[in-house]
Amino acid sequence: MKQEYTITVYTENQVGLLNRIAIMFSRRKINIESLNTSPSEVEGIHRFTIVINETEDVVRKLVRQIEKQVDVLKAYYNTNDEIIWQELALYKVPTDEIAEKVKVERLLREHGARAVVIRKDYTIFETSGHREETDKLISVLEPVGLIEFVRSARVAIIKESRGFHEKLKEFEETEPHPSTRENEYLDQGENVFVM
Amino acid sequence: MDTALKTAPATTTQEIRTITGSQALCEAMIQEGVKTIFGYPGGAIMPIYDALYGYEDKLEHILVRHEQGGIHAAQGYARTSGRTGVVFATSGPGATNLVTGLADAMIDSTPLVCITGQVFAHLLGTDAFQETDVINITTPVTKWNYQITDATEIPEILAKAFYIAGSGRPGPVLIDITKNAQLQAFEYKGYKPCHHIRSYRPKPVVRKSYVEEAARLINEAERPFVIFGQGVILGGAEQEFKAFIEKAGIPAAWTILGLSALSTDHPLNVGMLGMHGNYGPNVLTNECDVLIAIGMRFDDRVTGRLDKYAKQAKVIHLDIDPAEIDKNIKATVPVWGDCKETLPMLTALVQQKAYPKWLDKFRECTKREDEAVFQGELHPTTPILSMGEVIDTLNHITDGNAIIVTDVGQHQMVACRYAKFNQSRSNVTSGGLGTMGFALPAAIGAKFGAPDREVVAVIGDGGFQMTLQELGTIMQSGVKVKIIILNNNFLGMVRQWQELFHDRRYSSVDIQSPDFVALAAAYGISGQSVSDRPLLKPALEAMINHDGSYLLEVMVGKENNVFPMVPQGCGVAEIRLK
Ligand SMILES: Cc1ncc(C[n+]2csc(CCOP(=O)(O)OP(=O)(O)O)c2C)c(N)n1
Ligand SMILES: [Mg+2]
Repeated sequence: MKQEYTITVYTENQVGLLNRIAIMFSRRKINIESLNTSPSEVEGIHRFTIVINETEDVVRKLVRQIEKQVDVLKAYYNTNDEIIWQELALYKVPTDEIAEKVKVERLLREHGARAVVIRKDYTIFETSGHREETDKLISVLEPVGLIEFVRSARVAIIKESRGFHEKLKEFEETEPHPSTRENEYLDQGENVFVM
Repeated sequence: MDTALKTAPATTTQEIRTITGSQALCEAMIQEGVKTIFGYPGGAIMPIYDALYGYEDKLEHILVRHEQGGIHAAQGYARTSGRTGVVFATSGPGATNLVTGLADAMIDSTPLVCITGQVFAHLLGTDAFQETDVINITTPVTKWNYQITDATEIPEILAKAFYIAGSGRPGPVLIDITKNAQLQAFEYKGYKPCHHIRSYRPKPVVRKSYVEEAARLINEAERPFVIFGQGVILGGAEQEFKAFIEKAGIPAAWTILGLSALSTDHPLNVGMLGMHGNYGPNVLTNECDVLIAIGMRFDDRVTGRLDKYAKQAKVIHLDIDPAEIDKNIKATVPVWGDCKETLPMLTALVQQKAYPKWLDKFRECTKREDEAVFQGELHPTTPILSMGEVIDTLNHITDGNAIIVTDVGQHQMVACRYAKFNQSRSNVTSGGLGTMGFALPAAIGAKFGAPDREVVAVIGDGGFQMTLQELGTIMQSGVKVKIIILNNNFLGMVRQWQELFHDRRYSSVDIQSPDFVALAAAYGISGQSVSDRPLLKPALEAMINHDGSYLLEVMVGKENNVFPMVPQGCGVAEIRLK
């Protein structure tokens, strides 16, 4: 079954790596729904957050191929319930319109939004949240002449993650951590080998 | 050009001295033990060629006739020598001519370091003369690539390039160097080889528990079957592999790239896997109870239809590349790691055994294949020669000691099916990519990689015409390669498919050829053409005994087919004998 997966890739910061990673998706005709690059908490280590809609089988194989790239330290994939994620959205609306027609204060409170810029001609609101939440504010602002809307890529943190410091140590250690998931049969432990 | 740059080679001591980026590149080559470079000059790589002029006594440069020939030669060199092949090419068309070879080396895990010249850094992105975005063009077909715009990066990046190309699962690396970096003088602090990259783990850690589980499955098996690929050769694990199958007593079959890792007359060698492989290994894949895959990647030409492949078997998969595990075939037990390390661990844990009844099944299959295929192929009753008897006759002359380089098509399948090998690194072929035109240049490189061995290229009339300009390289370098053209006057493999699956509609497969012998003569290469059986053996002997390169054209049956065959979309057990 296809569902949303968030792929987190830790890399050495290299020019050209974005292309190397992006073409792994396009080669397989997989659409990237969202892609974000940012530094991580570890000096010199970059982090890509990529969202795709795929089956787990496809995602697992893909993540292994990504991890195989020389400049990639580690790649993970998670379903939405395994992560905390946010997207940031900006909305530009005509100031006079909203001043007239909308209870701005309530609007801001209900949507966790804030005004970033207020000018005579337009106002820019900002909010962050899941897609449905940022979408909802569009539907509210559209009737009052939404001029421009933009949403950022997803940024996500894996709930279980102990941070990458720990993982990096594990990666550089000689023995893989016992929790490292490597094989779906062996991970079922005892059951498999009863013949 | 600045003649001051053309000084003597920089010394290799730690003393700090000023040299150019191009000299630093030559130093890196020497430090990495490179002796032979295949290449072709041009505007954007001229400073490097200029530096090379001063290193002539240490670095041999083979001028090819086309960059594709250069990279295939480097592949041949790498495959027979086990070392990293090196190619130089200029920017733009020089670099794009490398792409086929990069793709070939990528899919067949061949270690290469390719150096391309690039326009001056300040011209990048301006559509300058002979500027192409080589890094982005080659990204999907390189294990790693990098553009150098500053000479000071050269020693470190070259060290990384050689380390990445040759370690773990090998592959091609391309380093693009802008002309300003080639010319730039800098304080050279010596060369340090690379042994570690933070983000790169060449081999996964071996998990003992997996090895133990694998041994347990093997010890409990009744009909175990080993299938092996190039991983055994790349890991230099031929001895370890042989020790393993001999102790465990398990029959073993090879992929086309695994060929020669185990001598072809070993009693446990049961033959070739896949589409044109032997009957037994294909049929019995679906009868074994434990399938042990070693250094192979379950290519679709090996497996046929996946949902009809070894469904009954528990699968043990030994591979250095974790991404191969579960990619096509789910492994019951994955044995991550370099098989040079994991095979001895496994050998220690498996019981000494033999499976005479199971082995008999392979022999019965061989008997069936002999009646249906071998007899007709090796001892045809028609006056027209067959490809199989050419290879068979060659076996008798070379005694299985030659390196055989094949192109792509029917002749490739026949050569791989019937050639005898008693040494590893003796079979050079384009397996994963199936690149026609590979064999002639690869044979040149193969000979440079193994100068003491006989190198015989077996090429089709079609494929030969894809890279025949490399006869010029043979002429100029004096390299001694023996060339057999198996001429069926057809793009035979495509014709076979048209006959079998497209109602004999022979669309564009009727290919005309020049007078190959006269062509060779024009390059100063001796040769002859034979079509009569009594002349075949003397002609092959004349070819082998000739001191120098030689081209032998053998006229073979026009519409012969290669059998057995697992038709595309069928399971391995549906293999056709005719
Ligand atoms: C570069 C390239 N183009 C096309 C093909 C498709 N192809 C595979 S085998 C073959 C025919 C080869 O003919 P020939 O070299 O005469 O060998 P034969 O099969 O007759 O032995 C062709 C065209 C290929 N493998 N490589
Ligand atoms: Mg032909």
